[in-house]
Amino acid sequence: MIHVENLTRYYDDFCAVDGIHLDIQKGEILGLLGPNGAGKTTTLRMLTGYLQPTAGQIQVADFTIGPDTLEIKKRIGYLPESAPLYHDMIVYDYLNYVADIRELKSEQKLSRIHELAQLCALNTVMHKTIGELSKGFKQRVGLAHALMNDPEILVLDEPTSGLDPNQIVEIREIIRKIGREKTIILSTHILSEAEATCDRIAIIHQGKIVADGSTQSIKQSAGRERTIYITLENADFPEVRQRLETVDGVVQIEKRVHPDSNFLDIKITVSSDADIRKDIYQIIRQSNWLLLEFRQETQTLEHIFRELTLEN
Amino acid sequence: MSPVIHIFKREFSAYMVSPVAYIVISVFLIITGWFFFTPFFLQNQATLRNFFSLLPLVFAFVVPAITMRLLSEEFSVGSYETLLTLPVTFSDVILGKFLAATGFTAVMLAPTLMYPVTVSVLGTLDWGPVLGGYIGALLLGAAFSAIGLLASSLTRNQIVAFIVGTAICFGLCLIDKMLFFLPQSLLGFFEYLGADFHFQNIAKGILDTRDILYFISVGFIGLYGANLAMREKC
Repeated sequence: MIHVENLTRYYDDFCAVDGIHLDIQKGEILGLLGPNGAGKTTTLRMLTGYLQPTAGQIQVADFTIGPDTLEIKKRIGYLPESAPLYHDMIVYDYLNYVADIRELKSEQKLSRIHELAQLCALNTVMHKTIGELSKGFKQRVGLAHALMNDPEILVLDEPTSGLDPNQIVEIREIIRKIGREKTIILSTHILSEAEATCDRIAIIHQGKIVADGSTQSIKQSAGRERTIYITLENADFPEVRQRLETVDGVVQIEKRVHPDSNFLDIKITVSSDADIRKDIYQIIRQSNWLLLEFRQETQTLEHIFRELTLEN
Repeated sequence: MSPVIHIFKREFSAYMVSPVAYIVISVFLIITGWFFFTPFFLQNQATLRNFFSLLPLVFAFVVPAITMRLLSEEFSVGSYETLLTLPVTFSDVILGKFLAATGFTAVMLAPTLMYPVTVSVLGTLDWGPVLGGYIGALLLGAAFSAIGLLASSLTRNQIVAFIVGTAICFGLCLIDKMLFFLPQSLLGFFEYLGADFHFQNIAKGILDTRDILYFISVGFIGLYGANLAMREKC
């Protein structure tokens, strides 16, 4: 559906996007992740035809940005960051204006605006000026704007930034509802959001893509290390260490400080793919230690994100 | 229908609902009305020459005030991005906004049609120069709107857009008043650049293609410049 090749953009001497390759399939929800200033917005702006790439190529369906920008704009609905709309217009007038520019037929127009008002829960504010709406409502008007002509591709730049938790949940629900039939690209720096809504994640750092794939595959490729945490009572550390070191796959055993000195907190780092929880449990069962807590953690997305974007 | 019409409609209704527009209209009518009718009864002549001789200078201030928000406001609010990611081209945006500003200038000019009506009641008015004057005023309004739009495309600050627009329009009005500073060989060239010179020709009731061509050229240069400035931004 979308094919991006070697996409590069300079602002004067500053390189904001540095040779990005991306292939987005039809029906996919792609999340662009990255710290502030990583180049997410610039990438989206080039995809939607607002900015010209310094180098590289963008293809949407059979069209190329440059010669067929207008055709591509017809197929993409775009919600810019913080939904900048005309502040002095009434919501209904604005949607009507967008419908006109999107070349909706006059008999479809009214029903489409009604549909979108329903979907984005705008019914109560249709007669208000956009400038006096709260941020959440503005965002929803922006979403209705992007969805007006039922586009094949939807591009959303930080759709939930600055919203309160209830509004975030509402917007996410709308996105998921739409995402069943459409290709969606959204940028965010909230990781749980990307994990919750996206099929696929691309992490951008300093204008380059540093990770790309489904949440699962990114977690796996980032290293298979697992960590096991155990809390024991009635045990002393040297003995525990000696016994646990015999298990295959254990790399390191550390003692962690526990507020109550009766308890022993241990962190075990495991290297192999194998699940060694059974072996550890067997050892504990053979002793007279009391097991209070036993949990295993794989790498979280947060951890991976920090690792990939904090270097330098 | 082309997006130009929809952009025109939106911009024009944005003018009609904003209080600033009515303030500008009021100021325009007060200034022109005052300067036209004060000497009118002293001269005791049934003519609108006074009104038309002052019009270019008044337009040089009023038209940039109308056009200053056209693009600057979009840049500063950010709605420029929303607008340009709709299926429109640069020329659609510029033409739509230009037509809205010109249309608004015409609306502003409409109440002054009361002047010739009043004058024709008081004496015998020659309608030829009046008709010429209004055609010239529309051409002048269009040319200044194009320049104002160019000024607005250069900055996100409306005040700066207003000052730049006024400076250019005012300069064009004054060029042919300062000809005595120049060597004789350059006189013709600089006289031809003056907006006032061409406007006064039309206001005499003479529709010369050279004068009409002048306004069209100024308008075209303004719109083309705005187009270049917008391209530069992306």
